[in-house]
Amino acid sequence: MADAGSGRGARPQRPLSPHLQIYSPQINMVMSIFHRITGTALYFGTLLLAWWLIAAATSPQYFNYVSSWFATWPGKIVMLGYTWALLHHMLGGIRHFIWDLGKGYDLQTIDRLSWGSLFLSLILTGSIWVTVAMPAGGV
Amino acid sequence: MAMRTPLKNVRHLGSAKEGADHFWKQRVTAVANVFLGLFLVWLIASLVGADHATVKTKLSNPIVALALLALIVSGTVHMRLGMQTIIEDYVNGEGTKIVLLMLNTFFAAFIALASVFAILKLSFGA
Repeated sequence: MADAGSGRGARPQRPLSPHLQIYSPQINMVMSIFHRITGTALYFGTLLLAWWLIAAATSPQYFNYVSSWFATWPGKIVMLGYTWALLHHMLGGIRHFIWDLGKGYDLQTIDRLSWGSLFLSLILTGSIWVTVAMPAGGV
Repeated sequence: MAMRTPLKNVRHLGSAKEGADHFWKQRVTAVANVFLGLFLVWLIASLVGADHATVKTKLSNPIVALALLALIVSGTVHMRLGMQTIIEDYVNGEGTKIVLLMLNTFFAAFIALASVFAILKLSFGA
């Protein structure tokens, strides 16, 4: 059904709409792509949250075993990435709420909201890790 | 010439019979997730480096447990809808698409059930 040309000979040569290779990147488009990527990362990252909850509900031994994984350098990098993905996706979502209300559609505001969500997500991620993880010996 | 019945016009659900259901659920869970996501950041931050007894006590606190359950339910509904959109956008083959949409539902259900089970066990278990 998706293939319009099936059973009717050669597919007609229609013009293609410009795709990613042709568009010059704009910040709102890049942030839209980031929103999907961070959403996908959060999707698979829920495995880690479920693993951690199950470990806490299983036994002290198994919880310590799982915690030791999160304490490794790759574990910390994943947690840092997860913090940023969560905050970026959250701020991107708030940007979409503004657009859902029909507001913020002039080009300058679109640029500011897009850059703002990127910078704010980085600043918040940095702040959380500096104030929480480092004093607790997490890094 | 309009072929729609008056009832169909009133129901406003369109040809897929769903109306704005997907859109609206995505937005409602998104609003909830803003608050519940901040709660998760706070929860994890307060438990960095904590031992098992501390974590267990905290997670079995009724308010923490309720907020976590809300996060799991709202989060898994939201992520299932989001991944459904991604699959529908990028997967063109009809068979592959149906299989991936099913796996998406199974994955979201697995995460939800496993997490809810763990939270309930922490709250009610010995």
